[in-house]
Amino acid sequence: MRVLALLLRVLALLWLAGAAQATPPPPQHLDDTGLFEAGSSTAVRPENLAFAPQYELWSDGAAKRRWLYLPPGASIDASRPDAWEFPPGTKAWKEFSQGRRVETRLIERLPDGAWRFVAYVWNAEGTQAVLAPEAGIAALPVAGAPRGRYTIPSRSDCLACHEGAEVPLLGFSALQLARELERLAASGRLRNLPASLLASPPRIAAPSESARAALGYLHANCGHCHNHTGPLAATGLAFAQQAAAPQASAERTLHSLSSAGTSVDVVRRVRSSNPYVRMPPVGVSLIDAKNVALIESWIRHDLRLPLEPYP
Amino acid sequence: MMPRTALPLIAAALLAAPAYADEAKLARGKYLVTIAGCNDCHTPWKMGAQGPEPDMSRMLSGHPQDFALPPAPKPEGPWTVSAAVTNTAWAGPWGVSFTANLTPDRETGLGKWTQRNFTETIRTGRHMGRGRPILPPMPIPMYKHFTDADLEAIFTYLQSIPVVKNRVPEPLPPAK
Repeated sequence: MRVLALLLRVLALLWLAGAAQATPPPPQHLDDTGLFEAGSSTAVRPENLAFAPQYELWSDGAAKRRWLYLPPGASIDASRPDAWEFPPGTKAWKEFSQGRRVETRLIERLPDGAWRFVAYVWNAEGTQAVLAPEAGIAALPVAGAPRGRYTIPSRSDCLACHEGAEVPLLGFSALQLARELERLAASGRLRNLPASLLASPPRIAAPSESARAALGYLHANCGHCHNHTGPLAATGLAFAQQAAAPQASAERTLHSLSSAGTSVDVVRRVRSSNPYVRMPPVGVSLIDAKNVALIESWIRHDLRLPLEPYP
Repeated sequence: MMPRTALPLIAAALLAAPAYADEAKLARGKYLVTIAGCNDCHTPWKMGAQGPEPDMSRMLSGHPQDFALPPAPKPEGPWTVSAAVTNTAWAGPWGVSFTANLTPDRETGLGKWTQRNFTETIRTGRHMGRGRPILPPMPIPMYKHFTDADLEAIFTYLQSIPVVKNRVPEPLPPAK
């Protein structure tokens, strides 16, 4: 009997320990995630660092703002320049506006190291944002969005892109923040960044600014899935550029594009209106005409690769 | 004391164990592919002496690339879904879908795919786990409940079947 009582006590303690460590569910309102000052839905807390990647993901022309929060005393380990290690408690918000604020996404690193992805949907008045359902919202009426409809991604949609890269927090990296590295390192929030990258900020290896812009566009819009180490590596498409190996990564991209039919296929997909063919497959319903023209021109005139279907 | 004659037998058994495991996995994969009805849509059907039957000379090679189809009927009324005679092209409110080539051809089938690509496709309902949605009539809502071991067996079997080079057309969006 005593043994049974002891066993029950041990089980109860284990349950309590597990419950104490369990991650609470995401807040129902954006106001409770720590982005804004208390009582405000516009004033961003000073500890949340605003940032902007130098190469942007196309999101149907939405205006975007981004912030990063690190817990007090915590810092990012940048010893691997292309796979920064973010501390548990890291939060990154991204706000999307189409005429008005529509959505704010939050990526959070949990105490166990896992990443959590949620989205908050703003009301039409822009006064409050509420947690979106896990399945997303296929067609939210938004007057300023293309065709008056806006898609809130499902959690599974979030993973489709963010889990293709080694670090799911895309856009906050040595290459994307090349101009900010000195400031970040000086703040003490970024440690172990190789001195060579501080002395000479990383830059995409390219013979011209337009070629660099084209490679940067492919990096930001395709490279999180199409890279040489992720789950789609076997497809042979490597569009991610690396701060630690700019020459090698640029050459990998050129090699990918040079393989039979790839240049044709890339352009066909980025300019397709067929949602089952278009790339990227998530979060895009409008063709990014300006950058598609940039890619076409680079492939045709700089790389001298075909754009028309092979015979 | 173990008789000396037993040692070679034990060694042989240990060496053969992986081969048996592979064979068991292949057999399990073949069984699952058969009873899950993969051939119903991924193998083109033809008219046989007893009526329609899957053309096993093109087993699991998807919609034939040279079988051009006229525009699909509009998905109106209670009959909203239609299928081509091969059972490899399906039209409905989602547009037109063509069943995939599941043979291990490297350019037109699953030859370059990894186990992870296959498992994530079935689990997420997205091509290779990351791309376009997998469309009806593929029963993703049911198949995503396959266990990891089942999906490994299925993929192992699919990688062992005869290669058929057949570039399946891309899906079409709903008519405007």
